[in-house]
Amino acid sequence: MSGHEQFADDLALYAVDALEGQERSNLEQHLATCAACKRELEQLRGDTALLALSTLGPKPPQRARKRLLDAVASEASRISPVPLRAAPKDESRSRSWWGWLGWAATAAVIVFAVSLGKENYELKQDLRMASSILSQRTADLEQARSVANALTNPEGQHFTLVAMKTPPQPQGKAIYVRNRSSLIFLANNMPSLPSQKMYELWLIPMQGAPVPAGLFKPDAHGSATVINPPLPAGLEAKAFAITVENEAGASTPTMPIMMMGAGE
Amino acid sequence: MKSGDQGALAELYDRYSSVVYAVALRILGDAGAAEDVLQEVFLQLWRNPAAFDAARGSLGAWLAVISRNRAIDFLRRRRPETDIEDVVLSVAPDLAGDADRSRAAEKVRGVLGAMPSLQRSALEMAYFEGLSHSEIASKTGEPLGTIKTRIRAGLMTLRKAFQT
Repeated sequence: MSGHEQFADDLALYAVDALEGQERSNLEQHLATCAACKRELEQLRGDTALLALSTLGPKPPQRARKRLLDAVASEASRISPVPLRAAPKDESRSRSWWGWLGWAATAAVIVFAVSLGKENYELKQDLRMASSILSQRTADLEQARSVANALTNPEGQHFTLVAMKTPPQPQGKAIYVRNRSSLIFLANNMPSLPSQKMYELWLIPMQGAPVPAGLFKPDAHGSATVINPPLPAGLEAKAFAITVENEAGASTPTMPIMMMGAGE
Repeated sequence: MKSGDQGALAELYDRYSSVVYAVALRILGDAGAAEDVLQEVFLQLWRNPAAFDAARGSLGAWLAVISRNRAIDFLRRRRPETDIEDVVLSVAPDLAGDADRSRAAEKVRGVLGAMPSLQRSALEMAYFEGLSHSEIASKTGEPLGTIKTRIRAGLMTLRKAFQT
């Protein structure tokens, strides 16, 4: 970012959404044409991710998982889900076709609706907070009862678990949707690699050479993820495989194949 | 979306929901509201998985940042200010495992604890309370320039700690 030091502080503020007004517009204008500052912004956002990742707390309640999966199932049954988009930053141009009179009438209606909406929203917030506290308390009480029951129940079976002698085996799971070229790959217990090396995932097509399907390096826990790597459209997969390659990746797999799995 | 994708979403949820929920809970301090943010973040991922660019950064870090942004929008009772596609991170640790995350969280807390307290509080006010630099300046009675410098210095200290 040399030569752009005047933007250094503003970039940090922008990364935490704390920059506003003219300074924000000036920086956004500069970012549109400056690749170095854009890279620095991405790096700063990566730094802020450390703050987010540092938060620890209780796990979400079990019902949240069911709620999500129910919502997804119900959306899946509709025709075409519309992605949620953020509010457009400047809507003034798109409003220019409104006549002056029409605009004034519309504005009055919007002001009224917004004030009603705000009041309604605040009431709903209060109600939701109260019911959330109540349900949390009920859940806590239920949990305490269930723990006490398990500890004191004479019919309870007891099991002692000890470490297995063999280390946990590496495992990968790939979910591939051919007509969308969508690939989600999750790996566990992957051995760590030297600093210059990466794992490379390969899509083995029905015909032809293996196609690179993403590079990854496991974290200290041996876990890794590859989500939607760039893939040729509509390729039918016979299997997926993993090799160890140099950091930049390879266009053909280097033997030996470390892991491989065919479609179920 | 196909049923395979729903299965994949469930796996991603099992791996990352505790990070997303913890961030939202830290910011909102309310379990119900944090659950709403959790739901919204994963629904957005499901509706638009291509918004995440696998070549830049890790999914865990990206979801944590999306969760932070949505929680701040919620806190300030405003409509979402950034599209999820616009959130691009450089490579940051993934920390899908609870043990890794606990270690990293401890390290970040150690770094924050060693920072000058005014620097730390400026950073936390911006990141966890969603205050702008002028709001922080008027809250602390310090010049705008000082707040800017503190926030950048705080982020640089964090970066350095994870580079070594």
